[in-house]
Amino acid sequence: MTAAAFVFYVLALVTVMAAVMVIAARNPVHAVLFLILAFFNAAGLFLLAGAEFLAMALVVVYVGAVAVLFLFVVMMLDIHFVQLREGFLRYLPVGVLVGVVLLAELVLVFGASAFDAQPAPPPPAPAAPSNTEALGRLLYTDYFYLFQAAGVILLIAMIGAISLTLRHRPDAKRQDIAAQVHRRREETLEIRKVKPRTGI
Amino acid sequence: MAEIFTGTIWPLLQLVGLTLLIVVPLLVAVAYLTYAERKIIAAMQLRQGPMFVGPYGLLQPLADGLKLFFKETVIPSGANRGVFLIAPMVTFVLALIGWAVIPFGPGLVLADINVGILYLFAVSSLGVYGVIMAGWASNSRYAFLGALRSSAQMVSYEIAIGLIIINVLITAGSLNLSDIVEAQAEHGWYVIWHFPMFVIFIASILAETNRHPFDLPEDEASLVTGYNVEYSSMTFALFFLGEYANMILMSAMASILFLGGWLPPVAVPPFTWIPGPIWFILKISLVLFVYIWARATLPRYRYDQLMRLGWKVFLPLALAWIVITSGVMVTFDLFPD
Repeated sequence: MTAAAFVFYVLALVTVMAAVMVIAARNPVHAVLFLILAFFNAAGLFLLAGAEFLAMALVVVYVGAVAVLFLFVVMMLDIHFVQLREGFLRYLPVGVLVGVVLLAELVLVFGASAFDAQPAPPPPAPAAPSNTEALGRLLYTDYFYLFQAAGVILLIAMIGAISLTLRHRPDAKRQDIAAQVHRRREETLEIRKVKPRTGI
Repeated sequence: MAEIFTGTIWPLLQLVGLTLLIVVPLLVAVAYLTYAERKIIAAMQLRQGPMFVGPYGLLQPLADGLKLFFKETVIPSGANRGVFLIAPMVTFVLALIGWAVIPFGPGLVLADINVGILYLFAVSSLGVYGVIMAGWASNSRYAFLGALRSSAQMVSYEIAIGLIIINVLITAGSLNLSDIVEAQAEHGWYVIWHFPMFVIFIASILAETNRHPFDLPEDEASLVTGYNVEYSSMTFALFFLGEYANMILMSAMASILFLGGWLPPVAVPPFTWIPGPIWFILKISLVLFVYIWARATLPRYRYDQLMRLGWKVFLPLALAWIVITSGVMVTFDLFPD
């Protein structure tokens, strides 16, 4: 067994076990932490496959940002662990159905390539441009419109989220920096001579 | 047998040796950074600073470390034991692994990977986990509030840092840290071309490492000390080491991106006699001095001001600068191949 194969098996095993723990863990925060572990090992698998840019993007985007917000939300929720378990049997058929469909699709995809007349050619050796450059070239030339469309979809989602959560609260005190800067002494200060023991 | 030794074990040993060569000086640097911080702040406030342990108080950091080492590790009842103990390790390990890709001189780098800057960015963005895990696992309100503040802050300022990095990438044309430094030998340091970004970057790394004036997670007046309030002994020491190692890492990142890494200021004899790593260390020290300077002189931001600065000032500025940079480069056809 080569070193690469060994690393692959370790990463794959940890990924699968972490993924199982995501649904098996009793504590939802632990589940999210296991999810993060799974992301990490998936990034390791990407690295092993030579997709260094994707690996780093996975860590930056999913582990560094998405999972943090996820963790945030799960920590703030008031979850009763017993309640969470109650509906298990009720949802089981739906879950099994989704699982079976996914499994069937995966089998079809891999089956088609596995039983082809010829095995797929081994991936070409990394060409001269690094895979960051190769990805950039593809995204900004051949798939430019799709890439822009993805951006627009994300923008719409963002606007939607903001418009759902933005509330105008007239009673909240806000800082108006322009007003603060434009305050003059004459408007805010008044100097009076006060005689002792009289008050204003 | 001999084959396994030369093929696998010997390279592994070499790697461990090289790693120690980076980590041990780093830990010493962390110890003496705390000393430098206390001495500099003392000088700015007309005090003496540590002066009794050893000559000029030079053994103070060792005494502090020893003291922490002999304290008892207290795990609060009701704390989530596993996560509570993993959190400081996460902080500490993340502060160390970033150093794998830092080039100390031409070719002097442990892992010369193509996506070096992305790796650094990823490592710095993971730092939030140590904090948030510690805050949650402590089962304490102060710690939890500190962790929430801290994670919101780190996520916000990361975005500004990411956009600033993009500016440097556009001009350097590479994600490799050594290439970025080499590009500055050709174009001049990016602190000249991207000066506004340099200022924003320094402010953002202060926020990213939870330092003054953005150290709201540790706001001692309102949160005692924030996420690490329940930690003691070595677990606390790991947080502390991690925080300071992170400061040095971020300073190294600033020197590589903007101050030309190991390059001398001007490539003429009196400057070129000094070896590159020395220049690099000098630049890191300069940025670290700014860190400490800020701590000694600036009052703490209010939380909403902090968020406003990150999202409404730094983010639009960095975005606008990307547009300007790319515009200029397209107009004058300056793109590196």
